[in-house]
Amino acid sequence: MSDALYHDAILALAKDRRHAGRLDAPTHSHTSDNPLCGDRVTIDIERASDGTVRRIGHFVRGCVLCQAAAAALAASVEGRGPAAFAAAESALARVLAGQNDPENGVWAAFLPVARHTSRLDCVRLPLVAAKPVFEA
Amino acid sequence: MTQALRSQFPILTPSLAYLDSAATAQMPLAVLDAVRAFETSSRANVKRGVHRLAEAATDAYAAARSDVAAYLGVPPSEIVFTSGCTAALNLVAHSFGALMKPGDAVLLSALEHHSNLVPWQMLAARSGIELRFLDVDAEGRIDLSALETKLDARVKLVSLAHVSNVTGSVLDVASVVATAAKVGARVLLDGAQRAPHGPLDLKTLGVDFYAFGGHKVFAPHGVGVLWARRELLDAMPPFLGGGEMIAQVELAHSTWAAAPAKFEAGTPPIGAAIGLGAACRWLGTLPWAEIAATEARLCQRLLDGLAATPGVRVLGPQSLQARAPVVSFALEGTHPHDICQIMDSAGVALRGGHHCAQPLHKRFDLAGTTRASLALYSDDSDIDAFFAGLSKVRKILL
Ligand SMILES: Cc1ncc(COP(=O)(O)O)c(C=O)c1O
Repeated sequence: MSDALYHDAILALAKDRRHAGRLDAPTHSHTSDNPLCGDRVTIDIERASDGTVRRIGHFVRGCVLCQAAAAALAASVEGRGPAAFAAAESALARVLAGQNDPENGVWAAFLPVARHTSRLDCVRLPLVAAKPVFEA
Repeated sequence: MTQALRSQFPILTPSLAYLDSAATAQMPLAVLDAVRAFETSSRANVKRGVHRLAEAATDAYAAARSDVAAYLGVPPSEIVFTSGCTAALNLVAHSFGALMKPGDAVLLSALEHHSNLVPWQMLAARSGIELRFLDVDAEGRIDLSALETKLDARVKLVSLAHVSNVTGSVLDVASVVATAAKVGARVLLDGAQRAPHGPLDLKTLGVDFYAFGGHKVFAPHGVGVLWARRELLDAMPPFLGGGEMIAQVELAHSTWAAAPAKFEAGTPPIGAAIGLGAACRWLGTLPWAEIAATEARLCQRLLDGLAATPGVRVLGPQSLQARAPVVSFALEGTHPHDICQIMDSAGVALRGGHHCAQPLHKRFDLAGTTRASLALYSDDSDIDAFFAGLSKVRKILL
């Protein structure tokens, strides 16, 4: 059932606008597209010299799942060092493989997506956009 | 009437409102049975053997070509089987394109499916052909007011969608053909979305090329049709090289078989073509005036219901005038994929996204739309389910 996808935690994440919008002066920025649906995500970060993500902003033209994943990403990395992005990537990979794990944190909300092959890329897009930013 | 038609489609169970026929239409028993009969009694390669199965397969493949030709009102020798509509369009871009010179032009429109856009972009990059474009009006129709000014002696081909796969608008073919004739330009129609909605009399249409795919006309995937006038098929060089398209092969060069074999290199999609032949035979027996009336009435229900829904914008004509039952819309504050997903949970199959028409969506400043498309088996229960699903969408997402 698709209803299970649109549960409260996902909808709440999608409505979480705290990190929505571009940053004024990002140190790093990257945009990625999903050619299948035309969705587009831009991730801006402002990184301190010690690697800490001081601020993150996301600009999403995408579905609820994509919006929610962008919010989850922002919540996972803001104020943290570079390891936080790698941890978010691992957590999402686990979740989309259907693995329940206490380390999944905020990403656990996406567990129902694992059963919807055609929607996996919707959730992945914000991390795909963010990867070059974090690896720069 | 619709009930009798619908009962011929085993996949259409009462719990499914299949409103995605513009992506792929379902297959009736007449087609399923023909494919099964071929695969279980005559399966073999064509034109490559003298044993009885090879003979039966070759005959069945030829009969399928005749059935398609009869449905379209053209000679079988002008029917080329391809792997789909996309392959048919690429064939023209390659083989008719080979007859064009740098500086020649092709006229397209801003609402074309990527299949009638990208092959021409590839041709332009390869051989210095100019691409020109007709704009789309606010209703989502190709704007023919600029047709005359965009056509001059350099334009060798006008290639347009007969029916838009997004807006459902039907092209004024007679105007295009008459205006193109003044400068000697040939006309190719991408008929992917027109072919499922009733018989086509290609000779009366007056065009030079017509392309469509099997899976949208109630036949299997993997087969399509290119029809072209004999003199064009004769003049055009082949597209793909291989077996079955040759007359003589030497080590360094070859000569070509006559069309249509010249354009059918390799083993063709035999079972799928036989399914397409069966589909055309079946389509030829249907009460089309009644079907068209039902499709129009259901399309009007969709348009009326959407017009009454707050935040909905329909990308396409509001009236049924020159309009096929393909209805795309945006619901403010929602994304097509979320709509489609929730609709699926309500048993309604829709398509969401840019529908392989990104330039058109850009023209309307939209990333994507949600599309409901009807076919001859659609009925009121599908429309009821659509609006029930839409209420659910609005409750969850808005
Ligand atoms: C208008 C139009 N043209 C071309 C195509 C391409 O057809 P196919 O993908 O079956 O080759 C489609 C279908 O998707 C279409 O709707």
